[in-house]
Amino acid sequence: MLSDALLVARKDLLIEMRSKVLTTQLLPFGMIVLILFGFGLSPDRTVPTGVANESRPLLAQVAPGLFWLAVFFSALLAFSRAFAIEASDGNLDALRLTGLDPAGIFLGKAAAIALELFVLEIVLGAGSFLLYAPELNDPILLAVTVVSTTLAVALAGTLYAALASGMRVRDTLVPLLALPALSPVLLGASVATEAALFGPSSDGWMWAGLLGAFALLYTGAGILAFGRVLEES
Amino acid sequence: MTTTEIPASTSSKLTRRLGFAALVSIVVFLAMALVISPPDVSQRDAVRLFYLHVPTATIAFYFAPAIIAVGSVMYLWKKSTFWDLAAGTAAELAVIFSAFTLVTGMLWGKPTWGLYWTWEPRLTATAVSFVLFVGYLAVRKLDLDPVIRSQRAAVLGLIAAANTLLVRYSVQIWKGIHQGTTISPMNMQISGLMWGTALIGFVSFTLVFAWLMIHRFRVAWLEHQLAEVGLDLAISERRAERDVAGAASTDVRLTGEGA
Repeated sequence: MLSDALLVARKDLLIEMRSKVLTTQLLPFGMIVLILFGFGLSPDRTVPTGVANESRPLLAQVAPGLFWLAVFFSALLAFSRAFAIEASDGNLDALRLTGLDPAGIFLGKAAAIALELFVLEIVLGAGSFLLYAPELNDPILLAVTVVSTTLAVALAGTLYAALASGMRVRDTLVPLLALPALSPVLLGASVATEAALFGPSSDGWMWAGLLGAFALLYTGAGILAFGRVLEES
Repeated sequence: MTTTEIPASTSSKLTRRLGFAALVSIVVFLAMALVISPPDVSQRDAVRLFYLHVPTATIAFYFAPAIIAVGSVMYLWKKSTFWDLAAGTAAELAVIFSAFTLVTGMLWGKPTWGLYWTWEPRLTATAVSFVLFVGYLAVRKLDLDPVIRSQRAAVLGLIAAANTLLVRYSVQIWKGIHQGTTISPMNMQISGLMWGTALIGFVSFTLVFAWLMIHRFRVAWLEHQLAEVGLDLAISERRAERDVAGAASTDVRLTGEGA
Protein backbone atom coordinates (compact mmCIF):
# COMPACT_ATOMS: atom_id res chain seq x y z
CA MET A 1 0.00 0.00 0.00
CA LEU A 2 2.70 2.45 0.99
CA SER A 3 4.92 1.73 -2.03
CA ASP A 4 1.87 2.23 -4.25
CA ALA A 5 1.22 5.50 -2.45
CA LEU A 6 4.78 6.64 -3.10
CA LEU A 7 4.45 5.82 -6.80
CA VAL A 8 1.21 7.76 -7.16
CA ALA A 9 2.54 10.71 -5.15
CA ARG A 10 5.67 10.77 -7.29
CA LYS A 11 3.61 10.67 -10.48
CA ASP A 12 1.35 13.53 -9.38
CA LEU A 13 4.26 15.67 -8.23
CA LEU A 14 6.12 14.97 -11.47
CA ILE A 15 3.07 16.12 -13.45
CA GLU A 16 3.03 19.27 -11.33
CA MET A 17 6.77 19.86 -11.78
CA ARG A 18 6.34 19.65 -15.54
CA SER A 19 3.04 21.48 -15.97
CA LYS A 20 3.59 24.01 -13.13
CA VAL A 21 -0.14 24.67 -13.09
CA LEU A 22 -0.39 24.96 -9.35
CA THR A 23 2.80 26.99 -9.03
CA THR A 24 1.72 29.52 -11.60
CA GLN A 25 -1.96 29.64 -10.61
CA LEU A 26 -2.41 28.52 -7.01
CA LEU A 27 0.30 30.68 -5.42
CA PRO A 28 -0.75 33.93 -7.13
CA PHE A 29 -4.39 33.12 -6.36
CA GLY A 30 -3.59 32.65 -2.66
CA MET A 31 -1.61 35.88 -2.57
CA ILE A 32 -4.37 37.94 -4.14
CA VAL A 33 -6.84 36.51 -1.65
CA LEU A 34 -4.57 37.69 1.19
CA ILE A 35 -4.42 41.16 -0.33
CA LEU A 36 -8.17 41.27 -0.95
CA PHE A 37 -8.83 40.46 2.72
CA GLY A 38 -6.83 43.60 3.49
CA PHE A 39 -9.05 45.62 1.16
CA GLY A 40 -12.19 44.10 2.63
CA LEU A 41 -11.29 44.61 6.28
CA SER A 42 -9.30 47.87 6.12
CA PRO A 43 -5.69 47.85 7.39
CA ASP A 44 -6.18 50.87 9.71
CA ARG A 45 -8.81 49.39 12.01
CA THR A 46 -7.74 48.26 15.48
CA VAL A 47 -9.37 46.01 18.07
CA PRO A 48 -8.84 45.73 21.84
CA THR A 49 -6.70 42.76 22.86
CA GLY A 50 -8.55 42.04 26.08
CA VAL A 51 -5.78 43.56 28.18
CA ALA A 52 -6.74 47.04 29.40
CA ASN A 53 -5.86 49.96 27.08
CA GLU A 54 -4.11 47.67 24.64
CA SER A 55 -5.17 47.33 21.05
CA ARG A 56 -3.93 45.48 18.01
CA PRO A 57 -4.53 46.04 14.30
CA LEU A 58 -7.65 44.13 13.24
CA LEU A 59 -5.78 42.41 10.42
CA ALA A 60 -3.13 41.08 12.83
CA GLN A 61 -5.81 39.86 15.20
CA VAL A 62 -7.72 37.96 12.51
CA ALA A 63 -4.61 36.89 10.57
CA PRO A 64 -4.96 33.18 11.55
CA GLY A 65 -8.47 32.95 10.12
CA LEU A 66 -7.58 34.88 6.99
CA PHE A 67 -4.47 32.77 6.37
CA TRP A 68 -6.42 29.52 6.68
CA LEU A 69 -9.29 30.80 4.54
CA ALA A 70 -6.81 31.68 1.81
CA VAL A 71 -5.27 28.21 2.15
CA PHE A 72 -8.67 26.49 2.06
CA PHE A 73 -9.82 28.37 -1.04
CA SER A 74 -6.57 27.62 -2.82
CA ALA A 75 -6.72 24.00 -1.66
CA LEU A 76 -10.07 23.60 -3.42
CA LEU A 77 -8.27 24.25 -6.69
CA ALA A 78 -5.61 21.67 -5.79
CA PHE A 79 -8.30 19.04 -5.05
CA SER A 80 -9.97 19.56 -8.41
CA ARG A 81 -6.63 19.57 -10.17
CA ALA A 82 -5.62 16.25 -8.58
CA PHE A 83 -8.49 14.52 -10.35
CA ALA A 84 -8.61 16.73 -13.44
CA ILE A 85 -5.23 15.28 -14.43
CA GLU A 86 -6.86 11.84 -14.39
CA ALA A 87 -9.97 12.90 -16.25
CA SER A 88 -8.72 13.00 -19.85
CA ASP A 89 -8.26 9.94 -22.05
CA GLY A 90 -9.79 7.60 -19.49
CA ASN A 91 -6.79 8.01 -17.24
CA LEU A 92 -8.66 6.95 -14.16
CA ASP A 93 -9.48 3.64 -15.82
CA ALA A 94 -5.81 3.26 -16.67
CA LEU A 95 -4.93 3.95 -13.05
CA ARG A 96 -7.32 1.24 -11.95
CA LEU A 97 -5.91 -1.15 -14.55
CA THR A 98 -2.44 -0.77 -13.07
CA GLY A 99 -3.63 -2.92 -10.20
CA LEU A 100 -2.40 -0.46 -7.61
CA ASP A 101 -4.03 -0.73 -4.22
CA PRO A 102 -6.90 1.83 -4.10
CA ALA A 103 -5.85 2.72 -0.56
CA GLY A 104 -2.36 3.41 -1.95
CA ILE A 105 -3.80 5.63 -4.69
CA PHE A 106 -5.74 7.54 -2.04
CA LEU A 107 -2.74 8.04 0.23
CA GLY A 108 -0.48 8.92 -2.72
CA LYS A 109 -2.86 11.53 -4.07
CA ALA A 110 -3.37 12.97 -0.59
CA ALA A 111 0.40 13.06 0.01
CA ALA A 112 0.97 14.94 -3.25
CA ILE A 113 -1.74 17.45 -2.35
CA ALA A 114 -0.31 17.81 1.16
CA LEU A 115 3.15 18.57 -0.22
CA GLU A 116 1.73 21.14 -2.64
CA LEU A 117 -0.20 22.69 0.24
CA PHE A 118 2.96 22.89 2.37
CA VAL A 119 4.66 24.93 -0.33
CA LEU A 120 1.57 27.11 -0.59
CA GLU A 121 1.45 27.58 3.19
CA ILE A 122 5.07 28.62 3.40
CA VAL A 123 4.49 31.30 0.77
CA LEU A 124 1.13 32.43 2.18
CA GLY A 125 2.48 32.23 5.73
CA ALA A 126 5.34 34.55 4.83
CA GLY A 127 2.82 36.76 3.04
CA SER A 128 0.55 36.84 6.09
CA PHE A 129 3.40 37.84 8.41
CA LEU A 130 4.37 40.57 5.98
CA LEU A 131 0.90 41.90 5.26
CA TYR A 132 -0.86 41.41 8.59
CA ALA A 133 2.15 41.57 10.96
CA PRO A 134 0.90 39.36 13.82
CA GLU A 135 3.07 38.28 16.76
CA LEU A 136 4.64 34.84 17.09
CA ASN A 137 4.35 33.33 20.54
CA ASP A 138 4.86 29.59 20.08
CA PRO A 139 6.59 28.48 16.83
CA ILE A 140 6.39 24.78 17.74
CA LEU A 141 2.61 24.89 18.22
CA LEU A 142 2.36 26.78 14.94
CA ALA A 143 4.38 24.11 13.12
CA VAL A 144 2.34 21.25 14.63
CA THR A 145 -0.91 23.04 13.77
CA VAL A 146 0.20 23.64 10.18
CA VAL A 147 1.24 20.00 9.70
CA SER A 148 -1.90 18.46 11.22
CA THR A 149 -4.22 20.88 9.44
CA THR A 150 -2.53 20.27 6.10
CA LEU A 151 -2.83 16.50 6.49
CA ALA A 152 -6.48 16.80 7.52
CA VAL A 153 -7.29 19.09 4.59
CA ALA A 154 -5.39 17.00 2.03
CA LEU A 155 -6.89 13.69 3.15
CA ALA A 156 -10.48 14.92 3.38
CA GLY A 157 -10.14 16.91 0.16
CA THR A 158 -8.82 13.91 -1.76
CA LEU A 159 -11.80 11.84 -0.70
CA TYR A 160 -14.35 14.52 -1.63
CA ALA A 161 -12.64 15.32 -4.92
CA ALA A 162 -12.70 11.61 -5.79
CA LEU A 163 -16.40 11.48 -4.98
CA ALA A 164 -16.99 14.34 -7.40
CA SER A 165 -14.56 13.10 -10.06
CA GLY A 166 -15.54 12.09 -13.55
CA MET A 167 -18.37 14.55 -13.80
CA ARG A 168 -18.86 17.79 -15.62
CA VAL A 169 -20.05 19.55 -12.48
CA ARG A 170 -16.87 18.58 -10.58
CA ASP A 171 -15.54 22.10 -10.14
CA THR A 172 -18.69 23.35 -8.48
CA LEU A 173 -19.36 20.19 -6.51
CA VAL A 174 -15.99 19.91 -4.75
CA PRO A 175 -16.40 23.15 -2.73
CA LEU A 176 -19.97 22.24 -1.79
CA LEU A 177 -18.88 18.85 -0.46
CA ALA A 178 -15.52 19.76 1.04
CA LEU A 179 -16.08 23.13 2.72
CA PRO A 180 -18.85 22.19 5.16
CA ALA A 181 -17.04 18.95 5.98
CA LEU A 182 -13.82 20.86 6.57
CA SER A 183 -15.49 23.51 8.72
CA PRO A 184 -14.31 21.89 11.99
CA VAL A 185 -10.76 21.92 10.57
CA LEU A 186 -10.94 25.63 9.76
CA LEU A 187 -12.27 26.26 13.23
CA GLY A 188 -9.55 24.19 14.93
CA ALA A 189 -6.76 25.54 12.74
CA SER A 190 -7.76 29.16 13.32
CA VAL A 191 -8.09 28.80 17.09
CA ALA A 192 -4.82 26.83 17.41
CA THR A 193 -2.96 29.30 15.19
CA GLU A 194 -4.33 32.20 17.19
CA ALA A 195 -3.01 30.55 20.34
CA ALA A 196 0.37 29.98 18.66
CA LEU A 197 0.59 33.62 17.58
CA PHE A 198 -0.76 35.47 20.60
CA GLY A 199 -0.81 32.84 23.35
CA PRO A 200 -1.67 31.21 25.65
CA SER A 201 -0.55 27.98 24.01
CA SER A 202 -2.54 25.60 26.21
CA ASP A 203 -5.82 25.99 24.28
CA GLY A 204 -3.98 25.55 21.02
CA TRP A 205 -2.52 22.14 21.82
CA MET A 206 -5.95 20.68 22.42
CA TRP A 207 -7.10 21.88 19.00
CA ALA A 208 -3.92 20.67 17.32
CA GLY A 209 -4.68 17.24 18.79
CA LEU A 210 -8.23 17.42 17.47
CA LEU A 211 -6.91 18.27 14.01
CA GLY A 212 -4.65 15.23 14.17
CA ALA A 213 -7.65 13.08 15.13
CA PHE A 214 -9.59 14.47 12.17
CA ALA A 215 -6.69 13.59 9.85
CA LEU A 216 -6.58 10.04 11.26
CA LEU A 217 -10.33 9.68 10.80
CA TYR A 218 -10.13 10.65 7.15
CA THR A 219 -7.10 8.42 6.63
CA GLY A 220 -9.21 5.50 7.82
CA ALA A 221 -12.28 6.55 5.83
CA GLY A 222 -10.24 7.02 2.66
CA ILE A 223 -8.37 3.72 2.96
CA LEU A 224 -11.63 1.85 3.48
CA ALA A 225 -13.79 3.68 0.95
CA PHE A 226 -11.50 4.64 -1.92
CA GLY A 227 -11.85 1.33 -3.73
CA ARG A 228 -15.60 1.83 -3.83
CA VAL A 229 -15.29 5.41 -4.98
CA LEU A 230 -12.89 4.59 -7.81
CA GLU A 231 -15.02 1.73 -9.14
CA GLU A 232 -15.96 2.56 -12.73
CA SER A 233 -15.79 6.25 -12.06
CA MET B 1 -45.90 -4.98 -22.03
CA THR B 2 -44.32 -5.03 -18.59
CA THR B 3 -44.90 -7.38 -15.70
CA THR B 4 -44.45 -4.63 -13.09
CA GLU B 5 -47.72 -3.15 -12.04
CA ILE B 6 -47.48 0.57 -11.38
CA PRO B 7 -49.78 1.53 -8.51
CA ALA B 8 -51.95 4.60 -9.04
CA SER B 9 -51.00 6.21 -5.72
CA THR B 10 -48.35 5.91 -3.04
CA SER B 11 -50.85 5.57 -0.22
CA SER B 12 -51.84 2.38 1.49
CA LYS B 13 -53.93 1.38 4.47
CA LEU B 14 -50.93 1.96 6.72
CA THR B 15 -50.11 5.44 5.44
CA ARG B 16 -53.75 6.51 5.50
CA ARG B 17 -53.96 5.56 9.17
CA LEU B 18 -50.59 7.09 9.86
CA GLY B 19 -51.60 10.29 8.07
CA PHE B 20 -54.84 10.45 10.00
CA ALA B 21 -53.04 9.92 13.31
CA ALA B 22 -50.50 12.62 12.36
CA LEU B 23 -53.27 15.05 11.46
CA VAL B 24 -55.19 14.45 14.71
CA SER B 25 -52.07 14.78 16.85
CA ILE B 26 -51.07 17.98 15.03
CA VAL B 27 -54.48 19.50 15.77
CA VAL B 28 -54.22 18.51 19.44
CA PHE B 29 -50.63 19.73 19.49
CA LEU B 30 -51.52 23.13 18.01
CA ALA B 31 -54.32 23.57 20.52
CA MET B 32 -52.00 22.68 23.40
CA ALA B 33 -49.04 24.68 22.14
CA LEU B 34 -50.88 27.84 21.08
CA VAL B 35 -53.86 28.04 23.43
CA ILE B 36 -53.88 25.70 26.41
CA SER B 37 -50.28 25.71 27.65
CA PRO B 38 -49.21 28.73 29.73
CA PRO B 39 -46.56 31.24 28.54
CA ASP B 40 -43.11 30.75 30.03
CA VAL B 41 -42.03 32.90 32.98
CA SER B 42 -39.00 34.40 31.24
CA GLN B 43 -39.57 33.67 27.54
CA ARG B 44 -43.29 34.51 27.52
CA ASP B 45 -45.02 33.38 24.33
CA ALA B 46 -41.73 32.73 22.51
CA VAL B 47 -41.56 29.43 24.34
CA ARG B 48 -44.30 28.14 22.04
CA LEU B 49 -41.81 28.05 19.20
CA PHE B 50 -39.84 25.53 21.18
CA TYR B 51 -42.61 22.99 20.93
CA LEU B 52 -42.08 23.10 17.16
CA HIS B 53 -38.36 23.56 17.29
CA VAL B 54 -37.23 20.74 19.57
CA PRO B 55 -38.96 17.84 17.77
CA THR B 56 -37.91 19.02 14.30
CA ALA B 57 -34.35 19.52 15.52
CA THR B 58 -34.29 16.04 17.00
CA ILE B 59 -35.52 14.56 13.73
CA ALA B 60 -33.10 16.64 11.67
CA PHE B 61 -30.15 15.86 13.89
CA TYR B 62 -30.72 12.31 15.08
CA PHE B 63 -33.46 10.38 13.28
CA ALA B 64 -32.74 11.36 9.69
CA PRO B 65 -28.91 11.13 9.90
CA ALA B 66 -29.24 7.77 11.64
CA ILE B 67 -31.31 6.48 8.72
CA ILE B 68 -28.78 7.94 6.26
CA ALA B 69 -25.89 6.26 8.08
CA VAL B 70 -27.64 2.89 8.41
CA GLY B 71 -28.91 3.06 4.82
CA SER B 72 -25.42 3.87 3.53
CA VAL B 73 -23.82 1.02 5.45
CA MET B 74 -26.50 -1.42 4.32
CA TYR B 75 -26.12 -0.31 0.71
CA LEU B 76 -22.35 -0.75 0.78
CA TRP B 77 -22.78 -4.11 2.46
CA LYS B 78 -25.79 -5.65 0.73
CA LYS B 79 -26.12 -3.47 -2.39
CA SER B 80 -29.80 -3.15 -1.60
CA THR B 81 -31.76 -0.54 -3.52
CA PHE B 82 -34.19 -0.36 -0.61
CA TRP B 83 -31.55 1.05 1.72
CA ASP B 84 -30.09 3.32 -0.93
CA LEU B 85 -33.47 4.93 -1.51
CA ALA B 86 -34.19 5.03 2.23
CA ALA B 87 -30.94 6.98 2.80
CA GLY B 88 -31.78 9.38 -0.04
CA THR B 89 -35.28 9.93 1.29
CA ALA B 90 -34.00 10.54 4.80
CA ALA B 91 -31.48 13.07 3.44
CA GLU B 92 -34.23 15.07 1.73
CA LEU B 93 -36.18 15.13 4.96
CA ALA B 94 -33.03 15.99 6.90
CA VAL B 95 -32.61 19.08 4.70
CA ILE B 96 -36.24 20.12 5.14
CA PHE B 97 -36.29 19.54 8.88
CA SER B 98 -32.91 21.29 9.32
CA ALA B 99 -34.22 24.30 7.43
CA PHE B 100 -37.33 24.30 9.62
CA THR B 101 -35.16 23.99 12.73
CA LEU B 102 -33.01 26.92 11.61
CA VAL B 103 -36.00 29.13 10.86
CA THR B 104 -37.81 28.37 14.13
CA GLY B 105 -34.53 28.71 16.04
CA MET B 106 -33.89 32.14 14.57
CA LEU B 107 -37.46 33.29 15.11
CA TRP B 108 -37.14 32.21 18.72
CA GLY B 109 -33.73 33.89 19.03
CA LYS B 110 -35.03 37.32 18.03
CA PRO B 111 -37.40 37.88 21.01
CA THR B 112 -35.24 35.86 23.43
CA TRP B 113 -31.69 36.92 22.62
CA GLY B 114 -32.58 40.04 20.63
CA LEU B 115 -30.83 38.60 17.58
CA TYR B 116 -31.86 36.30 14.77
CA TRP B 117 -28.47 34.72 14.72
CA THR B 118 -26.01 34.02 17.50
CA TRP B 119 -23.09 31.65 17.25
CA GLU B 120 -24.85 29.28 19.52
CA PRO B 121 -23.25 25.84 19.03
CA ARG B 122 -26.39 23.98 18.08
CA LEU B 123 -27.55 26.69 15.67
CA THR B 124 -24.14 26.87 14.00
CA ALA B 125 -23.80 23.11 13.76
CA THR B 126 -27.28 22.82 12.28
CA ALA B 127 -26.41 25.36 9.59
CA VAL B 128 -23.27 23.44 8.62
CA SER B 129 -24.95 20.05 8.58
CA PHE B 130 -27.76 21.53 6.50
CA VAL B 131 -25.19 22.33 3.79
CA LEU B 132 -23.58 18.89 4.22
CA PHE B 133 -26.86 17.17 3.43
CA VAL B 134 -27.52 19.52 0.51
CA GLY B 135 -24.15 18.36 -0.85
CA TYR B 136 -25.17 14.76 -0.35
CA LEU B 137 -28.37 15.38 -2.31
CA ALA B 138 -26.32 17.05 -5.07
CA VAL B 139 -24.31 13.85 -5.44
CA ARG B 140 -27.50 11.82 -5.60
CA LYS B 141 -28.72 13.98 -8.48
CA LEU B 142 -25.57 13.51 -10.55
CA ASP B 143 -25.80 12.32 -14.09
CA LEU B 144 -23.96 9.03 -13.56
CA ASP B 145 -24.54 5.35 -13.87
CA PRO B 146 -27.13 4.64 -11.12
CA VAL B 147 -25.04 1.95 -9.43
CA ILE B 148 -21.92 4.15 -9.28
CA ARG B 149 -23.99 7.09 -8.10
CA SER B 150 -25.56 5.05 -5.32
CA GLN B 151 -22.14 3.73 -4.36
CA ARG B 152 -20.67 7.20 -4.06
CA ALA B 153 -23.74 8.52 -2.31
CA ALA B 154 -23.42 5.74 0.26
CA VAL B 155 -19.76 6.57 0.96
CA LEU B 156 -20.60 10.26 1.20
CA GLY B 157 -23.70 9.62 3.33
CA LEU B 158 -21.67 7.71 5.85
CA ILE B 159 -18.91 10.34 6.04
CA ALA B 160 -21.42 13.20 6.15
CA ALA B 161 -23.36 11.60 9.00
CA ALA B 162 -20.12 11.11 10.97
CA ASN B 163 -19.00 14.61 10.05
CA THR B 164 -22.16 16.19 11.52
CA LEU B 165 -21.04 14.82 14.89
CA LEU B 166 -17.55 16.27 14.37
CA VAL B 167 -18.96 19.66 13.44
CA ARG B 168 -21.22 19.65 16.46
CA TYR B 169 -18.49 18.56 18.83
CA SER B 170 -15.95 21.10 17.59
CA VAL B 171 -18.42 23.99 17.62
CA GLN B 172 -19.34 23.10 21.18
CA ILE B 173 -15.73 23.13 22.39
CA TRP B 174 -15.13 26.35 20.46
CA LYS B 175 -17.93 28.16 22.26
CA GLY B 176 -16.99 26.47 25.52
CA ILE B 177 -13.63 28.22 25.40
CA HIS B 178 -14.79 31.64 24.31
CA GLN B 179 -17.97 32.24 26.25
CA GLY B 180 -20.13 30.73 28.92
CA THR B 181 -23.12 28.61 28.02
CA THR B 182 -26.01 30.58 26.61
CA ILE B 183 -29.65 30.08 27.57
CA SER B 184 -30.44 26.46 27.10
CA PRO B 185 -33.92 25.00 26.74
CA MET B 186 -32.80 22.36 29.23
CA ASN B 187 -32.63 24.72 32.18
CA MET B 188 -36.03 26.28 31.55
CA GLN B 189 -38.63 26.13 34.30
CA ILE B 190 -41.08 23.73 32.81
CA SER B 191 -44.55 22.84 34.09
CA GLY B 192 -46.45 19.58 33.71
CA LEU B 193 -48.67 21.00 30.99
CA MET B 194 -45.61 22.20 29.12
CA TRP B 195 -44.06 18.76 29.30
CA GLY B 196 -47.28 17.30 27.94
CA THR B 197 -47.27 19.77 25.05
CA ALA B 198 -43.63 19.03 24.28
CA LEU B 199 -44.36 15.31 24.33
CA ILE B 200 -47.35 15.59 21.97
CA GLY B 201 -45.27 17.81 19.69
CA PHE B 202 -42.64 15.14 19.62
CA VAL B 203 -45.17 12.43 18.81
CA SER B 204 -46.87 14.47 16.06
CA PHE B 205 -43.65 15.42 14.31
CA THR B 206 -42.37 11.86 14.48
CA LEU B 207 -45.64 10.72 12.87
CA VAL B 208 -45.33 13.40 10.19
CA PHE B 209 -41.75 12.37 9.56
CA ALA B 210 -42.74 8.69 9.26
CA TRP B 211 -45.61 9.56 6.93
CA LEU B 212 -43.42 11.74 4.69
CA MET B 213 -40.65 9.14 4.78
CA ILE B 214 -42.94 6.33 3.58
CA HIS B 215 -44.58 8.38 0.84
CA ARG B 216 -41.36 9.87 -0.45
CA PHE B 217 -39.72 6.48 -0.35
CA ARG B 218 -42.50 5.00 -2.44
CA VAL B 219 -42.17 7.79 -5.01
CA ALA B 220 -38.42 7.17 -5.13
CA TRP B 221 -39.04 3.46 -5.50
CA LEU B 222 -41.42 4.08 -8.42
CA GLU B 223 -38.88 6.41 -10.04
CA HIS B 224 -36.31 3.67 -9.68
CA GLN B 225 -38.70 1.11 -11.20
CA LEU B 226 -39.43 3.47 -14.06
CA ALA B 227 -35.74 3.92 -14.77
CA GLU B 228 -35.26 0.15 -14.61
CA VAL B 229 -38.19 -0.92 -16.73
CA GLY B 230 -38.65 2.33 -18.63
CA LEU B 231 -36.18 1.48 -21.39
CA ASP B 232 -37.49 -2.06 -21.83
CA LEU B 233 -40.99 -0.69 -21.93
CA ALA B 234 -40.10 1.90 -24.58
CA ILE B 235 -38.34 -0.71 -26.70
CA SER B 236 -41.23 -3.12 -26.59
CA GLU B 237 -43.66 -0.32 -27.38
CA ARG B 238 -41.63 0.72 -30.44
CA ARG B 239 -41.45 -2.92 -31.50
CA ALA B 240 -45.19 -3.21 -31.24
CA GLU B 241 -45.57 -0.09 -33.36
CA ARG B 242 -43.22 -1.50 -35.92
CA ASP B 243 -45.11 -4.76 -36.02
CA VAL B 244 -48.39 -2.97 -36.58
CA ALA B 245 -46.94 -0.60 -39.12
CA GLY B 246 -44.93 -3.41 -40.67
CA ALA B 247 -48.00 -5.55 -41.24
CA ALA B 248 -49.70 -2.67 -43.03
CA SER B 249 -46.78 -1.65 -45.20
CA THR B 250 -45.23 -4.98 -46.13
CA ASP B 251 -46.22 -4.52 -49.76
CA VAL B 252 -44.72 -1.04 -49.93
CA ARG B 253 -41.38 -2.22 -48.56
CA LEU B 254 -41.27 -5.19 -50.88
CA THR B 255 -41.63 -2.98 -53.93
CA GLY B 256 -38.87 -0.69 -52.65
CA GLU B 257 -40.96 2.44 -52.40
CA GLY B 258 -40.59 2.87 -48.64
CA ALA B 259 -37.42 4.17 -47.03
